[in-house]
Amino acid sequence: MNAEEQERMTRLLKAALPPVGNDEPGRDVWPAVLTRMDGQAAVPWFDWALLAGLLGLTALAPVSIPVLLYYL
Amino acid sequence: MEDETQNVLIQFQHGSVEAFETLFRMHGRAVYGWILRIVRNATAAEDVTVETFWRIYKAHARFDPVRGFAPWARRIASHAALDWLRAELPTRKTDSEMVEDLAAPAAADAAVTAEIRLKTALAFTRLPPKLRIAAMLAVVEELPAKEVAEALGISVAAVKVRVFRALRLLRRDLQRQGITP
Repeated sequence: MNAEEQERMTRLLKAALPPVGNDEPGRDVWPAVLTRMDGQAAVPWFDWALLAGLLGLTALAPVSIPVLLYYL
Repeated sequence: MEDETQNVLIQFQHGSVEAFETLFRMHGRAVYGWILRIVRNATAAEDVTVETFWRIYKAHARFDPVRGFAPWARRIASHAALDWLRAELPTRKTDSEMVEDLAAPAAADAAVTAEIRLKTALAFTRLPPKLRIAAMLAVVEELPAKEVAEALGISVAAVKVRVFRALRLLRRDLQRQGITP
């Protein structure tokens, strides 16, 4: 593609897609950012259940501890 | 005032949510505007803004107050927008929805017909996201290559190469459709 073709493509692209410029959000997104932060900070219930299960297993069958350590 | 801003940046680096909110209030609009230029859809831009500020907060410990918040935020925003463009591809919408996002101009170049503009806009959405983002910022938004390079974390030469490749692929796509730009 030579310089002239490149220039034509540039013009065509600009005609097809006008610049959007700067704008502002239609809503305050800060609450959504906070929600996202809170959601990520909380430990999912599944992780707690898994931990409880593992603790129960080691309490009932201490022999499983080396096996668990092997897989860690 | 400068001391105050520096203090906010240092507090943010240490994980202060209050300082983070202050920075959000100072830079949120600019970050949204930057993202909107890339994704060209107001709702998506809001979602990506949330994602960007979440990533910014997660990375607070790596922030260097000496280098300034705005360029750092812009780089994170560019990557979040790029991820959105990548994720958008498999669930790509109908042609009419895409055109709505792209918002073809009412007062565009009179020599270019509406049909060609539409086909060009659609062909543009088929470009690889990395090329698309470079062309969108450097060609459509007419931003200086240096600014685009800083935002994308690549060299100025790499921006120029990506823009060239984007235009070449676009041209080939149009030629396959019987349009000779």
